[in-house]
Amino acid sequence: MHDKSEHSPPIDLGSIHHPDHGRKHWRALEETLAGRPESERHCADQPEPNDGMSRRQFVTLMGASLALAGLSGCSVKPAPSTEIVPYVHQPQGMTPGRPQYFATTMTFAGNAVGLLVESHAGRPTKVEGNPDHPASRGATDTFHQASILTFYDPDRAQTVTQTGQTRTWSEAWAAIRPAMLRQRESRGRGLRVLTETIVSPTLAQQLEALLRELPEAKWHVYEPVSRDAALAGTRLAFGELVNPIYDFHRADVVLSIDADFLQCGPGSLRYAADFMDRRRVRATAADAKRATMNRLYVVETAVSCTGAKADHRLALRPSQIEDFARAVATKLGIHSGGAVAGSLDPWVTAIASDLGSHRGHCLVVAGDRQPPMVHLLAHALNDRLGNVGSTVSYVPVVDARPVDRVESLRNLTRAMDRGEVELLLILGGNPAYTAPADLDFVKQLQKVSLRIHHGLYVNETSYQCHWHLPETHYLEAWSDARAFDGTASIVQPLVQPLYQGRSAHDVIAMFAGSTETPGREIVRSYWQHHWGRQHGQEGFEQFWQDALHDGVIANTASTPKHVGLKDGWQTPLASGRAKSSPAEQTESDGLEIVFQPDPTIYDGSWANNGWLQELPKPVTKLAWGNAAIMSPKTAGRLDVTIGPYAHGGEHGGYSMPVLELSLDGRKMQMPAWIMPGHADGVVTVYLGHGREQAGRIGGAAGRNVGFNAYRLRTAEHVWHSGGLHVVKTAESQLVACTQAHQSMEGRDLVRSATLARFRASPNFVMTDEFEHEHGELREPRGSLTLYEPFDYAAPKHRWGMIIDLTTCIGCHSCVVACQAENNIPVVGKGQVLRGREMHWLRIDRYVEGPADKPTHFFFQPVPCMHCENAPCEYVCPVEATVHSDDGLNDMVYNRCVGTRFCSNNCPYKVRRFNFHLYADYATPSRRLQFNPDVTVRSRGVMEKCSYCVQRIRRAEIDSRTEQRSIVDGEILTACQAACPVQAIVFGDINDTRSTVRRWKESPLHYGLLADLNTNPRTTYLAALRNPNPEIDT
Amino acid sequence: MGASATETVKDDMPGQRGSDGMQYVPMGHDLTSVTEKISGLVLTRPIGLGWLGFFGVSNGLVLVLFIAVAYLLVVGVGIWGIQIPTAWGFAITDFVWWIGIGHAGTLISAFLLLMHQKWRTSINRIAEAMTIFAVMCAGLFPLLHLGRPWFFYWLLPYPNTMALWPQFRSALIWDVFAVATYFTVSLLFWYMGMIPDLATLRDRTASRVGRIIYGMLALGWRNSARHWHRFEMAYLLLGGLATPLVVSVHSVVSSDFAMSVVPAWHETVFPPYFVAGAIFSGFAMVLLLCIPIRHVYHLKDFITIDHLDVMAKLVLATSLLTSYGYLSEQSLSWYAGDNVEWYTYFFRITGFGQYAIITWTLFFCNTIVPQVLWFRSLRRKEWVLVIVSLLVLVGMWLERYMIITTSLSRDYLPSSWGFFKPTIWDLATYFGSVGVFLVAFLLFARFAPILSMSETRALLPGAHGPEVGR
Repeated sequence: MHDKSEHSPPIDLGSIHHPDHGRKHWRALEETLAGRPESERHCADQPEPNDGMSRRQFVTLMGASLALAGLSGCSVKPAPSTEIVPYVHQPQGMTPGRPQYFATTMTFAGNAVGLLVESHAGRPTKVEGNPDHPASRGATDTFHQASILTFYDPDRAQTVTQTGQTRTWSEAWAAIRPAMLRQRESRGRGLRVLTETIVSPTLAQQLEALLRELPEAKWHVYEPVSRDAALAGTRLAFGELVNPIYDFHRADVVLSIDADFLQCGPGSLRYAADFMDRRRVRATAADAKRATMNRLYVVETAVSCTGAKADHRLALRPSQIEDFARAVATKLGIHSGGAVAGSLDPWVTAIASDLGSHRGHCLVVAGDRQPPMVHLLAHALNDRLGNVGSTVSYVPVVDARPVDRVESLRNLTRAMDRGEVELLLILGGNPAYTAPADLDFVKQLQKVSLRIHHGLYVNETSYQCHWHLPETHYLEAWSDARAFDGTASIVQPLVQPLYQGRSAHDVIAMFAGSTETPGREIVRSYWQHHWGRQHGQEGFEQFWQDALHDGVIANTASTPKHVGLKDGWQTPLASGRAKSSPAEQTESDGLEIVFQPDPTIYDGSWANNGWLQELPKPVTKLAWGNAAIMSPKTAGRLDVTIGPYAHGGEHGGYSMPVLELSLDGRKMQMPAWIMPGHADGVVTVYLGHGREQAGRIGGAAGRNVGFNAYRLRTAEHVWHSGGLHVVKTAESQLVACTQAHQSMEGRDLVRSATLARFRASPNFVMTDEFEHEHGELREPRGSLTLYEPFDYAAPKHRWGMIIDLTTCIGCHSCVVACQAENNIPVVGKGQVLRGREMHWLRIDRYVEGPADKPTHFFFQPVPCMHCENAPCEYVCPVEATVHSDDGLNDMVYNRCVGTRFCSNNCPYKVRRFNFHLYADYATPSRRLQFNPDVTVRSRGVMEKCSYCVQRIRRAEIDSRTEQRSIVDGEILTACQAACPVQAIVFGDINDTRSTVRRWKESPLHYGLLADLNTNPRTTYLAALRNPNPEIDT
Repeated sequence: MGASATETVKDDMPGQRGSDGMQYVPMGHDLTSVTEKISGLVLTRPIGLGWLGFFGVSNGLVLVLFIAVAYLLVVGVGIWGIQIPTAWGFAITDFVWWIGIGHAGTLISAFLLLMHQKWRTSINRIAEAMTIFAVMCAGLFPLLHLGRPWFFYWLLPYPNTMALWPQFRSALIWDVFAVATYFTVSLLFWYMGMIPDLATLRDRTASRVGRIIYGMLALGWRNSARHWHRFEMAYLLLGGLATPLVVSVHSVVSSDFAMSVVPAWHETVFPPYFVAGAIFSGFAMVLLLCIPIRHVYHLKDFITIDHLDVMAKLVLATSLLTSYGYLSEQSLSWYAGDNVEWYTYFFRITGFGQYAIITWTLFFCNTIVPQVLWFRSLRRKEWVLVIVSLLVLVGMWLERYMIITTSLSRDYLPSSWGFFKPTIWDLATYFGSVGVFLVAFLLFARFAPILSMSETRALLPGAHGPEVGR
């Protein structure tokens, strides 16, 4: 369906950007005079509608420089005349009014994923996964979806600044050049480059070339969410650094030791898809006996998406996890001296025997937050179980500089302290905010005489540097990247830079003193060289075009390396205990703390992205901020209770007591939150919040969003630590949570069963037994209506959606995809607290079992059900919500007067109301992101999921002009396209060969609240689990 | 034309005391003194400081309403506490409450007219005025609660370029018709009944402006027998027209809830239960208005303690009906065995974290408190009646609030359960509407005959006159 056009030169968005600096400035003044002043523009998604503070902040930051910039333009030359002319030659592949798709790659935290980006008249508007890319397979995660909003973020660094004053690139270079020349004389002795994880082969080559030229210079790498322990684990096991690649397709039994492989980490999209391929049950009632599923054991502390999907989940304190891993290893014959307490022993035995009986078809995955010892154990176990070469293989690391991140930063800090660093170039990242608290990075940084930060935003680090150089977004600059398996792809820009950003390639080239080579040439020449080594100069053009078109460079995936456990790999098992398990030393009743990257804003780099701030965190459903998450039992110990309702109550937020956490003399305050299923005696905090210089959304000093947990994090204890002291203060804080109610209240919402039950009674979803138990019908006996029934018979289409609750991992990718596709506004914390978030698609999370020991977690995505007997339709007094010919429940925004009766009468509560003017019409750059195919809703109207009706109509028009019928799978709704596990299927129920029809005939199929006679078009497949009968939960 | 000219033919004229031994007819008054007393309230009584003060305070409340509405129109209904799932809150509660209060007026004027309940005479004008003003206040809320109030007219069936009718299946459209009809008929009834009295004022006023205004309002009433004949006929017909409205309006309003699928809204008991509740609160309001009026205007001989007594009995009766509604709802929801519905009812009375306190307060106000009215001695104590009436009005407001919030905040999917918490603007709009009511009522009490002179005169023994035309 996606028309991947060969890339034509990126289209200049003349309306925003003029490459010439002077004109750019003039443009700013022009806007200042003609329209709203820049300082008054509303941000992309303003968190609080009447937040005067942010405006003032913005004026302080930008106002003066803009005014100056404007004046310079004013005095130098007259306004350039901008002519608007129609295309004389239609650009290749471009039909006005139709979007184009370009293949590109997004790199984030060292994970490169191939994408197809939709472009409307030169504006990138929506990100989809590239089906040809091994890390995507057509899927995307929340960050990819949200990256489009970051691209249009008006808070992005727009110009070069010197301590806050606007400068030009040439001025910057004029200031940096003498320092660079001095470094050349000293062979780079005082030069340090600090980067994030780099997986771009071109950039790596450039940096290495620079280091070759200046051999005394050093390249440091820091990433707050690092994989240090995982790499160290492979060094312990194999004596070299390798990257494990898992093949979940072949794994019947998986043991995850604190690994959230479904949700984060390199290759997680691919892993989730592969893993769920083995869980998807499509058996008919007749062959239910032959249905199979893999089995997942998860040992973890906080509840992750992976843990929520586990057949058996064991919540352990971080200090217990290594012991648990050792115990499993011991049971499987690895002498690791592990033993666990009595209650866990049945688990260990059962897991060990389950793994042992699936040799070669099982898998042990250790999480990045676990110490190297656990990784060593996982490698040893996989080796022992014969999984190497089957479910796990090892490839060379794609990370260009796989050094220990914390160690590398520590070395840099020490060098700065010793005064050895004269010129520091920080490429990306935000170490001033993310560095471990004990390194005193900011203090040592002051000793560097010239500090330069290159990044997307003017952030905390920029404030500590002399110069800030604006970085380009991946949608506006050339680069390349290697995916988790080594596959390389090109980062292809879709537009000219919106602002004055330049890519890291340009900056390094500048430092290397080479003449100004465009980024495209740098990347292209790298690949020309690469091609030339193997094939000579012939055919490069074709190779390059293919690489751009496909979004993947053929034959670049790494070949698996044959590595074996090195001699003496067991020694650390015996000696390394105390070292790698510091929590051991804490007293038995002390608390432990776990640091985790935030599920939506990660390490804080996404803090200024409204979509992600407002996106409920998958399991806790918290939005806009973080909290000290603990189990009900721990909360009881700390005398923490869920506070009184604030505003929206369960759908909105609570007033929670503020806790003071102190760790090794460092203190911070944050509100508490209670999460069933969390391990007792542990507090989990998400990193990335409490930013001091993030922007209008992400907060600034004095109006922070959430609390900065980096303040407690030290280089010694990056992921978890014992010795936490928690004191409840008298204060309380409002915590926004979109679904605080966790129980299903015994209602029949997510239907579930074990695989064994399904095999025995395949029709369990609909059996009378249920009706007997619950005293109500599962489904109505035929459709009852007073009104003339609609006629949906073929050849009409009967659009329907089915969501597979077995495979849904609750990653929320679909929610952000829906937000991007359908121009859904961000409402801010104040409105979320009132329960007014606008997500058309939400993911309900239910917890089953007692609160202190929940047995199951369920995710249930709930879009509009498009009921055939829709309760919303007949209560609307003005016919603003009506049935379309093909049975869609349409919303006519222009007709809506806003009585909200439809929402009251919607049993699924999927309707969202514009209580205020939520849509951002004011921010010019934000407007460019809007999908032109979807109306932007104004104040006072109701809105809801439309099944991406714009995509349906587009397919209908296409099929009509091509005189064919719509092919099944031709229409992908935004949520469906983003889903990494294909849990959502959409299509024509009337089409007997369609997937949706096949799923509908599954014995697992049921309608949510169908007993209300709504006849929902969106339906579900019941959730199946495959527990081990030996473990009694 | 003098007061004595009203001696027209009246049948079934009672004596000083009603057949039940109650005193409904002004004692010690003759035709002239009735007229002088009541018209004097308008024409000769000076504007007192008390009235001015009260009027000022009420206007202050109206000002609050203006501010609240202006802010609402500028910023949107988001200033209220409404949210998803509780998309209706104060506005609809206030609407139903005001409409309910209005019910007593029609009941007294129309229903009791047809029933030949003569005791209505002293209070019908007050009750009708109350109805008009209450319905006006009620009408504010459906308009203001719209997301886009400026398109309210899309709810009306009018020819338009979009060739669109309203959606007649929606109970909200029925509301529009029911409330509009109710308001029109009530207004006509009130105004028509006032015509002879307005003519009296026209004739007695000393001021030229008054003569012009009352003269225009009196529509040329000359007190001729033909006028009276047509007046009586039309009044009776309007009474007949208005009587079904007593039942229909609140039944239709109740279908805003009963026609939905929301648990504990979807109830067949709602129409009668709402009507009973409406009359209940309406009589409480009439009592609350009559008691100060009879003191301030020295009308104890017109609005007698027996009037209060009989209204108190009606309050008690409707309280029992309403309480029966509560009981039947609760017990039938249990009996029906519908999980979700039972949960909602159970939650209403047990969810102390949320709304149970409201539920129990309203049970106390609407069911327990009115039981004191079983005792004649208490029925005849004005302070008791004032307290009971106030509590009933509070209770009936809370009842509507409880119905709306408990059902919406916890319906089918626990994932969407929420909580409605009013904002300052919810309160401002509500109290502002009370201000509108008070201002309108104070103006009425100042510039219109608050008792029907013609009907009161007809009750007097001297009104018996020769039987003409019989």
